[in-house]
Order: sequence, then C-alpha cells, then structure tokens
Amino acid sequence: MTARIITITSGKGGVGKTTATANISVALAQMGKKVTCIDSDIGLRNLDIVLGLENRIVYDLVDVVEGHCKINQAMIRDKRFDTLFLIPAAQTRDKNAVTPSEMIDLCESIREEMDFILLDSPAGIEGGFKNAIAPADEAIVVTNPDVSAVRDADRIIGLIEALEKGPASLILNRVNADMIKRGDMMEADDVLELLAIKLLGIVPDDEHVLVSTNKGQPVVLNPKSRAGAAFRNIAARLTGDEIPLIDMSHKEDFITKLSKVFAKEG
Amino acid sequence: MANWLKKLGKEDSADLAKERLKLVLIHDRTNLTARVLDEMKDELIDVISRHVAIDPSAVKITMIHEGREQRLICDIPVKQK
Repeated sequence: MTARIITITSGKGGVGKTTATANISVALAQMGKKVTCIDSDIGLRNLDIVLGLENRIVYDLVDVVEGHCKINQAMIRDKRFDTLFLIPAAQTRDKNAVTPSEMIDLCESIREEMDFILLDSPAGIEGGFKNAIAPADEAIVVTNPDVSAVRDADRIIGLIEALEKGPASLILNRVNADMIKRGDMMEADDVLELLAIKLLGIVPDDEHVLVSTNKGQPVVLNPKSRAGAAFRNIAARLTGDEIPLIDMSHKEDFITKLSKVFAKEG
Repeated sequence: MANWLKKLGKEDSADLAKERLKLVLIHDRTNLTARVLDEMKDELIDVISRHVAIDPSAVKITMIHEGREQRLICDIPVKQK
C-alpha cells in the first residue's frame, strides 16, 4: 500500500477547505479506504471539531515533529470508521513550529500504511501553505463562485504549478442554482474558463452543511443532503470512478424549462 | 418569458464578474500593467525602427491566454519600399 498524498488548499479563507477535507476523508473511509487527514493549520485548529473528534486529542502534529510522541499516538481513530485517522494541528503554537521537510518526513512515515493522506491547508500563500503543499503528490483547490475567491484560487493555482505540484483540480463550493438561474452567480463553466484547470466537483450551497458541522457529523453521513452527495461523488472520482457532474448550469436549466413548457402543451 | 424580457434590459451580474476577473487575472498572472505594456511597445518600436521602416501608429501589442499560458502578441506592419 502506498498512499496518495493530496493537499486541499484555496488561497482565500472561509471557502470550505476544512469542510471539504473532512467530508472527502469520511467518504473515502466509507468506501473502505484507509485515510489519514492532517490539519496543517497550526494555531487555528478546526478539522477536529468539524469531524466531531475534538474531545479525543492528546497529542498533535507539533508533538510528533518535536519528538514528544510517536506518530501513531497522535493519530486519532474516528469513532465511526476504523480506517479513518486525524492528526490534529497544535492550537497554541504558530505555523513556524514545523518546516516543509518535517511535513514531508511525517507523511512519508505513514505513507505505506494508508490509501490516502489528505492535508488541510491553512488560508494564505505563506509558510502554512508551503508546509501543507510540500508533501503533496496532488493538489485540490477549493473556491466559491465569487470574484475574490476565484482571484485567490488563480493565484494559488499558479503557485502550485511553480512548485511543480500541478496541475491542481478544482472543487467549486457553495454553488447556488437559483442565483445562477437569475444570472447573478458565475456557473462552473465560467469559473473553469477563467482558471483553466480540471473540475473535480461542484458542491451546492446547502444548509445541511452547517447543521452537520454543528453536530460534528460530516454532511456526507446525511443521505438527504445534496452537498453530502456531491462530496461522495468527489471521493469516488478520486478513486477513479467516472461519475457525471451535478448539473447546475444556466443553459441546461433553460432547456429543462423549455421542455417543461412543451410537455405541458403537448 | 417575462423573465427573458427583463433580462434583455440589464447585464447579468455574473457576466460582469467574469469580465472583471478576466482582466484582473491577466494582470495578476504577469504583473504587467497597461503602462508597462505601453513602455514596452515604445521600446520595441525604437529598436525595430533602427533596422526597418515601420509605422509606429500601427503597432499593436496584446496579451492573450491559452489555458493557463500567457502569450504576448506583437503585430508590427512593415512599410513598403
């Protein structure tokens, strides 16, 4: 077994990196994959609380790097899936507590035992991002269909390419079909044309995400959630399954509308 | 139908966002401002005019992008003898 190491990043904060990391990790574990997700946002720990594992932390990433514990002591086993592990970030340190080469060593030391290692990157383009991207075989960029998120995504995609970790793939998060219909939100095709990278998935804006985060139960565990379904599809695509994208485009909607009109008349 | 008619009157904000981003991304990716492009154009005209007769007012320099690659296209018509 040799894990694929994937870094999830964005440039801009608050677009859904941690939500994406948590949900893709859980969905992969649901498929029987061995997964370790690592919170590399040192000082702003969050992946633990989104996964509902915040009460089980004893050791963290910095403890491993500084030799205070063995790596398996810092790997928290998920209570729902026994093939899912979390290495939490340190909360009381800053991003300079680890270096890119220490991150590489840490990931390599568990690579043989895992199918996937997912790294949740901090926002920004400085040290924290460089730590998170250093061990990566692949990178996923999360963005929202708004001008600032897309602009920052473009910047981070350029940096990923410059570090020879590209080509990155894209998750377009918080897509609102009604706003697209009204012409008030860029659709996936627009964002893809601007960023010119491969689309990994479109995640609809969905209130279930906040509700599930409140409970510490990632939304992929909710069979009724559309966002959950989108994250399950993304995980399946990562394993090589070809799953069609959720259709949330403007044009298709127009055609659907038109066909409905004909259906009524005919 | 009413929806389409309403739309004819105003530009969608999504289209506006895309157009604004297109311009800003070209600048972000290359660090070239319109002023620097103009300066480059003047310098190019200077160099080329030393060797061949050209019409400075017909010289065009533009940035295009193919995927994530940026390309500077310079169009310099040469004067007939």
